[in-house]
Amino acid sequence: MTLTVDVDKRLGDFALSAKFDSDGAITALFGRSGAGKTTLVNLIAGLIRPDRGIIRVGDTVLVDTARRINLPTHKRAVGYVFQEGRLFPHFSVRGNLTYGQRFGGRPRDEATLGEVVALLDIAPLLDRRPADLSGGEKQRVAIGRALLAKPRLLLMDEPLAALDNARKAEIFPYVERLRDEMRLPIVYVSHAVEEVAGLADTLVLFVDGKVVAAGPVNEVFGRLDLRRYTGHFEASTVLHTRIVEQDEAAGITLLDHPAGRLSVPYRAGAIGTAMRLRVRARDVTIAVGEPGRLSIRNRLAGVIAEIGEIERLTLEVRLEAGGDPLIARITRPAAAALDLKVGQPVVALIKSTAFDRLDEG
Amino acid sequence: MFDSLTPSEWDAIGLSLRVASVAALASLPFGIAIAYLLARGRFPGRALLDAVIHLPLVMPPVVTGYLLLLAFGRRGPIGGLLEHALGIILAFRWTGAALAAAVMGFPLMVRAMRLSLETIDVRLEQAASTLGANRSWVFLTITLPLALPGILAGLVLSFARALGEFGATITFVGNIPGMTQTIPSAIYTYIQTPGGDFAALRLTAISVAIAFAALLLSEALARRATRRVRGQ
Repeated sequence: MTLTVDVDKRLGDFALSAKFDSDGAITALFGRSGAGKTTLVNLIAGLIRPDRGIIRVGDTVLVDTARRINLPTHKRAVGYVFQEGRLFPHFSVRGNLTYGQRFGGRPRDEATLGEVVALLDIAPLLDRRPADLSGGEKQRVAIGRALLAKPRLLLMDEPLAALDNARKAEIFPYVERLRDEMRLPIVYVSHAVEEVAGLADTLVLFVDGKVVAAGPVNEVFGRLDLRRYTGHFEASTVLHTRIVEQDEAAGITLLDHPAGRLSVPYRAGAIGTAMRLRVRARDVTIAVGEPGRLSIRNRLAGVIAEIGEIERLTLEVRLEAGGDPLIARITRPAAAALDLKVGQPVVALIKSTAFDRLDEG
Repeated sequence: MFDSLTPSEWDAIGLSLRVASVAALASLPFGIAIAYLLARGRFPGRALLDAVIHLPLVMPPVVTGYLLLLAFGRRGPIGGLLEHALGIILAFRWTGAALAAAVMGFPLMVRAMRLSLETIDVRLEQAASTLGANRSWVFLTITLPLALPGILAGLVLSFARALGEFGATITFVGNIPGMTQTIPSAIYTYIQTPGGDFAALRLTAISVAIAFAALLLSEALARRATRRVRGQ
């Protein structure tokens, strides 16, 4: 299902101008606070009207100012998980969950209720009141409530932002399950790189009310000219690998990547399982020619695609390695000594302990 | 004490309760509608509407009563129409007393409801609409229940004001024992009558008791409603 957005909206001093298409299962709207992400989400939900433009989900036009179409919010079937949950305090958890089916004209559906309750592990909460729930529980109920209203698209506006790290870790797997099991397109707003890199396949980058880039997550995070916006210290890319060998005794998992083989500390998973790994730029070392005897065992062959200046003394080098981008952060003198140039074949060295596992999928 | 009440005193008490209940309940839907309009509406003439609603609070009650008589009396424009079209007569009937009481209590009712509607988180209403609820459902399932403490408070204030109404009532519907003589009118009559002091004192005590009970009841209702709304 394609999400098509081309809208302008002025709110006081702030002007939003967004144009992009996304086919992704999860489209991340990424950028600093105040960049216009929430405004766009509210436009998609119909809580505010664009000054000009069109928003379409698949074949359904939600709003088109030129044709004077503006579906009211309650007819859009766009689910919305708000940052602060917004559970109805005067309903029980069950009452919140079934609200859309009782008052939103959605068909009653006990089977889906059971499914969603199981997916989010909220069965023990059903008879409680929102006031008695923890932050993480509230967010899970809010997700369930949105799902049970049978949306064609789910908007999630920083659903983890109000939670501390432990609570975030508690919710995150549920969002992943949502993506993998519900087959529902999701628009996910965040300013946290880890969330976006782990979840999304399409990324829309917002800067001061403008969309400066939209495309596959790796492509956008890999572009050095955008590194100002995607974060200095958390520069990272994602490698798509597959498990080829498990050695539980030695505590090693071997992964296959088109650019080479990787060995990482043991992670559970059957042979053949796909695994996404995040690699930080500061953990990648570059070698020209065949490196000698090193403790670093992970070597990926790549070609330099771009060299960008980050600070006076630091450069970042983007490699193309077997279809995935890889960023290495190195010092200027080191780059000069190696005489690095765009198009040059190099070897990327990554310590086994440097990988962050993102998910299987 | 109650054995010694005369039939006309019983009439006054019964009439007062009936007038106050009808006044408060009949003005409830209008009160909610106007309060919602003032809390949420952005329309020309909003300030004017607000002022008109509040007029009975600042005008001498006798003026309000006289205006009601002019408009709703049997020869008044509205009163005449009501009598011819529907056979309803308000002037010098208990229904007229209820109208006078409702008008006098209306500003208090609207004020309490409006304050409570203004504190409702509009974001909850937005959440309901993203779940498919149209405006009527949002109002009935979110706005109204969340405003319940304020609505109850408005209802009680209107009822209490109606119990105490004197000036507008006596001007509009007179002071006819068994017909339009409420507790305040009866007390007034006893005070004017030689030897009526004791009867006046008795009604005064009953009046205090009713007012006290109403306040306690409203307090208890409001507390329960607030707890419910906060989900505790």
